[in-house]
Amino acid sequence: MKHLLSAGDLSRAEATRILDTAEELLSVAQRPIKKLPTLRGRTIVNLFFEDSTRTRISFEAAAKRLSADVINFSAKGSSVSKGESLKDTALTLQAMGADAVVIRHGASGAPHQLAHSEWTRGAVVNAGDGTHEHPTQALLDAFTVRKHLADDGGTGDLEGKNITIVGDVLHSRVARSNALLLHTLGAKVTLVAPPTLLPVGVDAWPVETSYDLDASIEKADAVMMLRVQAERMNAAYFPSAREYSRRYGLDMSRMNRLQDHAIVMHPGPMNRGMEISADVADSPRSVIVEQVTNGVAVRMAVLYLLVGGQTDQPNSEEETA
Amino acid sequence: MTDYLILGASLLGGDPADLVVRDGVIASLGADTAAPREGVALETIDATGLIALPGLVDLHTHLREPGREDAETVRTGSRAAARGGYTCVHAMANTDPVADTAGVVEQVWRLGHEAGYCDVQPIGAVTVGLAGERLAELGAMAESAARVRVFSDDGKCVSDAVLMRRALEYVKAFDGVIAQHAQEPRLTEGAQMNEGILSGELGLQGWPAVAEEAIIARDVLLAEHVGSRLHVCHLSTRGSVEIVRWAKSRGIDVTAEVTPHHLLLTDELVRSYDPIYKVNPPLRTADDVQAVREGLADGTIDIVATDHAPHPMEDKECEWAAAAFGMLGLETALSIVQQTMVDTGLIGWERVAEAMSAIPARIGRVADHGRPLAVGEPAHIVLYDPGASQVVTPSDTASLSRNTPYAGRELPGRVVATFLHGRPTVLEGELVEKVTA
Repeated sequence: MKHLLSAGDLSRAEATRILDTAEELLSVAQRPIKKLPTLRGRTIVNLFFEDSTRTRISFEAAAKRLSADVINFSAKGSSVSKGESLKDTALTLQAMGADAVVIRHGASGAPHQLAHSEWTRGAVVNAGDGTHEHPTQALLDAFTVRKHLADDGGTGDLEGKNITIVGDVLHSRVARSNALLLHTLGAKVTLVAPPTLLPVGVDAWPVETSYDLDASIEKADAVMMLRVQAERMNAAYFPSAREYSRRYGLDMSRMNRLQDHAIVMHPGPMNRGMEISADVADSPRSVIVEQVTNGVAVRMAVLYLLVGGQTDQPNSEEETA
Repeated sequence: MTDYLILGASLLGGDPADLVVRDGVIASLGADTAAPREGVALETIDATGLIALPGLVDLHTHLREPGREDAETVRTGSRAAARGGYTCVHAMANTDPVADTAGVVEQVWRLGHEAGYCDVQPIGAVTVGLAGERLAELGAMAESAARVRVFSDDGKCVSDAVLMRRALEYVKAFDGVIAQHAQEPRLTEGAQMNEGILSGELGLQGWPAVAEEAIIARDVLLAEHVGSRLHVCHLSTRGSVEIVRWAKSRGIDVTAEVTPHHLLLTDELVRSYDPIYKVNPPLRTADDVQAVREGLADGTIDIVATDHAPHPMEDKECEWAAAAFGMLGLETALSIVQQTMVDTGLIGWERVAEAMSAIPARIGRVADHGRPLAVGEPAHIVLYDPGASQVVTPSDTASLSRNTPYAGRELPGRVVATFLHGRPTVLEGELVEKVTA
């Protein structure tokens, strides 16, 4: 594994290895000194073309706990809005000797382009690209599901587990990555959304789809609510925020129909009162805060496996002179 | 002045014959030996194994001048055209300023004439500034020195049904045609690639086939209603082919074009997220490619037009969503038609001559292009070697831009010589540097 661009690129063995590594690294967070020397001397750049404080600080914490040097590069105003181009930014980072670039970008495919260009030699980690993918979110979600639902103290597999993902699948990179990864790990994924918010061609995905949340909720072992932007109603994806909430929101009455062991997830940031009610978000079934904790461990695992496993590091040695 | 004796060229892929080119016309044809004229040089070209076609006519070229001379000029674009075997190109109106007045179309026409590499026939905008709000002065452009007969807002769709109806009606006064860029704007806001399984997977906003087909369906009905002539630019989907086929069966006066890239490339290439493959209309599925090939073979699609769209490097070396739409096409068009249509047995060279010369000239009402290879006809001739092949190298282009989607591909065929009004613009595969206008 040279880069992490798509959850679909991960085999079951690779994904499991990341989750198992994260399991080991999770304990670091419980120590008084939350640091390992693994990536000492390595430089990791957080290249964020889009605001995302929570994802950036999660990657930052992950890199720092592995003792890497972290550079945060906030490049708001990408070439889409006529700022510095992706190419020039990448060349700059390359010249500074980045061993890995964690990239968040509003344009689908930007991490793919970066990884396949001559512009950078380091590992590229997709931290969310447009409406395409967000593979580390899927990994942390899978990790969280596994901890709660899998046998062997949360280290077994997800074979046959029912995961229901609800909301704006069309625009969601979280949904794409989760559908691919959870399928790879053996789970049964159901996407629930109004027909307008399911992509054309979703029939070809390795998932089931439904327009009816009430019909899908009882079999779910985990239900993952996606953020829905109220502005979508202006583009006629749904008539009103209230109607969306009534038909596809998770409130107490729907939550009470879940199986006893089922968990409620949300990648954040939440629109309380829209796709999830406040009392559900704060209920004991909600693992939303735990997802954040697990995010750091999973991102440590990804960085460790991508950067730490390498023996020859042309970048760091050539350019320290 | 030089006369040319072309020996043993296969006329439209048929029997070999000798041609004498003299005073801008084909002076004789057949197994002939031209007697040199007093004081006039006679150059002999051995065309054994080469196919002679009438000079190609492109109904859809972006020359970018005035306004984007960093991407292409009339001169560089018409040099690229000559290398591709073209002797006449129709320059699209989406320049800056827009070619929506007699002044701008005459400027483009004059620049083409001065460059001397092919006859540049400007296309006039349908609406002022391509804004889709009110008609440009179509009559003034028709009566100008540029004699505009084709009008198009290409790049944008004349989406307002009333405006489209009026435009179709109005140009009847001077035998004009509206060349529609069929793209329903609301269905394609922010669209990036063909909508289908792949767009969902890649997270790129979908460009549904229906956005093209709905406009074509509306326009053929409008053309029927008002008894006007409609030309459909770059149709790209199976549904579009079926609508045009239906319209023709009803006797509606519609013609249609397909681009070389829609004959060859599919949306699978978008997996690379390389914006070199970003184009409007987008690359479609393999099934659509099959359908447009069949449509071109059975005459539903009348012509091949390049939609040659030069862009500077920085507009393609960026994120997919930020990149410009369009790809080069003039220098590779004939090779791609050979590969996709001739070498596959779908059509012969006579049909190639129709689809790339005679019919586009007729649609554009260009009287002295697209003529048969016959005695007394204007000497616009391409000599083409179908047995050659070449690997496309982006830097090896006469265009100012490098955005060819065929880099590294081996394509069949090679243009050996192009004659415009009896004078070579290309000889032995190379541009003639000093053309006399």
